[in-house]
Amino acid sequence: MDFQIALILAQDGITNGAIYALLALALVLVFAVTRVIFIPQGEFVAYGALTLAMIENGVFPATAWLLLGAGVIVTALDAGAVVRAGGRRVMMLAGTHLLYPALLIGLLWSMPLKDLPLIGQVLVTLLVVVPMGPMMYRIVYQPIAEAPVLVLLIVSVAAHLALVGLGLVFFGAEGYRTSPFSQARFEIGPMFITGQTIWVVLSSLVLIVALAMFFGRTIYGKALRATAINRNGARLMGISPALAGKLTFFLAALIGVLSGVLISPITTIYYDSGFLIGLKGFVGAIIGGLASYPIAAAGALMVGLLEAFSSFWASAYKEVIVFTLVIPVLLWRSLTTHHMEEEE
Amino acid sequence: MKLKHTLLAAIGLAFAAGVHAQITVGVTVSATGPAASLGIPERNTVDLMPKEIAGQAIRYVVLDDQSDTTHAVMNIRRFVSDDKVDVVLGSTTTPNSLAMIDVAAESKTPMISWAASSTIVEPVDDKKRWVFKTPQNDQQMATAILEHMSNNNVKTVAFIGFADAYGEGWWNQFSTLAQVRGLNVVSSQRYNRTDTSVTGQVLQMMAQRPDAVLIAGSGTPAALPQKTLKERGYNGKIYQTHGVANNDFLRVCGRDCEGTFLPAGPVLVAAQLPDDNPVKASALAYIAAYEAAHGAGSVSTFGAHAWDSGVLLQAAVPEALKVAQPGTAEFRSALRDALENVREAAGAHGIFNMSPTDHLGLDQRARVMVEIKDGGWKLVN
Repeated sequence: MDFQIALILAQDGITNGAIYALLALALVLVFAVTRVIFIPQGEFVAYGALTLAMIENGVFPATAWLLLGAGVIVTALDAGAVVRAGGRRVMMLAGTHLLYPALLIGLLWSMPLKDLPLIGQVLVTLLVVVPMGPMMYRIVYQPIAEAPVLVLLIVSVAAHLALVGLGLVFFGAEGYRTSPFSQARFEIGPMFITGQTIWVVLSSLVLIVALAMFFGRTIYGKALRATAINRNGARLMGISPALAGKLTFFLAALIGVLSGVLISPITTIYYDSGFLIGLKGFVGAIIGGLASYPIAAAGALMVGLLEAFSSFWASAYKEVIVFTLVIPVLLWRSLTTHHMEEEE
Repeated sequence: MKLKHTLLAAIGLAFAAGVHAQITVGVTVSATGPAASLGIPERNTVDLMPKEIAGQAIRYVVLDDQSDTTHAVMNIRRFVSDDKVDVVLGSTTTPNSLAMIDVAAESKTPMISWAASSTIVEPVDDKKRWVFKTPQNDQQMATAILEHMSNNNVKTVAFIGFADAYGEGWWNQFSTLAQVRGLNVVSSQRYNRTDTSVTGQVLQMMAQRPDAVLIAGSGTPAALPQKTLKERGYNGKIYQTHGVANNDFLRVCGRDCEGTFLPAGPVLVAAQLPDDNPVKASALAYIAAYEAAHGAGSVSTFGAHAWDSGVLLQAAVPEALKVAQPGTAEFRSALRDALENVREAAGAHGIFNMSPTDHLGLDQRARVMVEIKDGGWKLVN
């Protein structure tokens, strides 16, 4: 192994690590605010990538039907309470959960999807898939928001399996690759960097900075932080836990879909690819103790690098090496931090 | 789908109670899970298989095993205990098929597997005498690749395969055969179906400067190493296995796959076969039937393995009926004997000649070398 190979591997590791880092941040965020270990995070990656692929091929994205279905369920769940509250709220509920998917489906039918510029296609993908995040929170997690972490975890596994199954129905068993954002290639010394790599790394950085701004500067971001620090205290201050949950899931879905859109030109994505990508983000999140954003991001980056280098030296044991990393990290964490039992 | 099966089952029961006997076929197929891209065309093919043989209605009971060994065994147990099937077809993958052998043997039910590994039917012993299979052995395919390599002056070769039974199976076959033929295997790498990058493996292989690279993967995931090799500027020969022989692979791999060689069943290039090729007519018949139901260009070689099991039944059932009535242990045993005596049965993948020691029955006519040219499959002469 010479310096040149090390450079190429590092570049590869950083590209994948940037995606893992985004997912790790989303996982930490979701866990901090709602105590949910969000296993379906990876599904949003796959759904995003594959919805974009369908749009690119000029096929009507089947995920839009899921959006409509989820909208109908949310409306049914909320109908009773909202009708009692009356007037404007009924309109709002019907508007956001029935009218929006219906309008979107109409729009998708009428638009020449294949001829949209790439940025338009990405936008449509976001419009279709991201609202599923908050809807998912409403349907799956909100009814059991006060349940113990273990119950939430088990429900997460169920949601993950359901989404993978639906993914097979929507997208079929074969994978897709989307066209890259940029065909550019830069030669720097002995190595070349593709435009897509730069896109991935820069977008991840922008997203991370945007998240930091959101949490530091905006009232909603501060509300989420407050909920993460003390759920009951935040509630007493008038922060609705349901709103915090939906907002969190909106962000998680947004991060997931963007990761999917970014990574799908680099690799082929299948209906079930999301889980493993999400799991590597999870290893990063674990390194950050499901609490620290910077450590989680750094951990995820390390996972990416470790993966790249172990695929060079011991390709058959790559996953083993990556996932075994969790054990020393957990050992170290449990030895150095004193355990605090969260009151539930 | 479920309703349809329940109805079919209900109709089946009504018939079973009547005078007409009928033949029950249990099918377990990996229509979901990692092997779904193979299982779905197989599942679709079952609908096209004979509904009647020698005046006997055929009833198919189709179950999905989710590419999972436990489910495959559960399915075959259900077939023999509840459905009282006369023959079992499937499953899609080698691990599933291997796990099913015990049940088939203990219930004395003939089974025709759609999975590739030769270990499913070899050596024919007390248990495996009940087991047959339709796909070509990996060994046959590996020999075809090695032959092509030595004819084209390839001296050194690097190997990259799935880190699972498929990749390991190919590695074992390929490395032993390569040694016999005097080829030098300079690097052996593994990757996972779901990997997002194989840069490390590709760099490791390219450092050895091999004349050719063999990629042992199935379906679209096999495109990843090839795309990475091209991206890194590799300009030697690239070989794939017959596991990639579907149109989705061409779509995903695109330009990067031009000039790739692979061995495949003749059904892949049926239209290009010379007219005197004995497989041509039967292969075209399958393609016509499948594309009539699922649209032009939808056919894949995997579904053809399922079709071939229908061909075997068509040949064997009339013989077995001379001995016993369906639904009895005598019939199952007679069907097994008849399957073992199938001669010159023309399937979509080749001509089957079974024998007591060969429960696959395919010869060299069951494989051709194919080159990917202009985004399509071209027969190499």
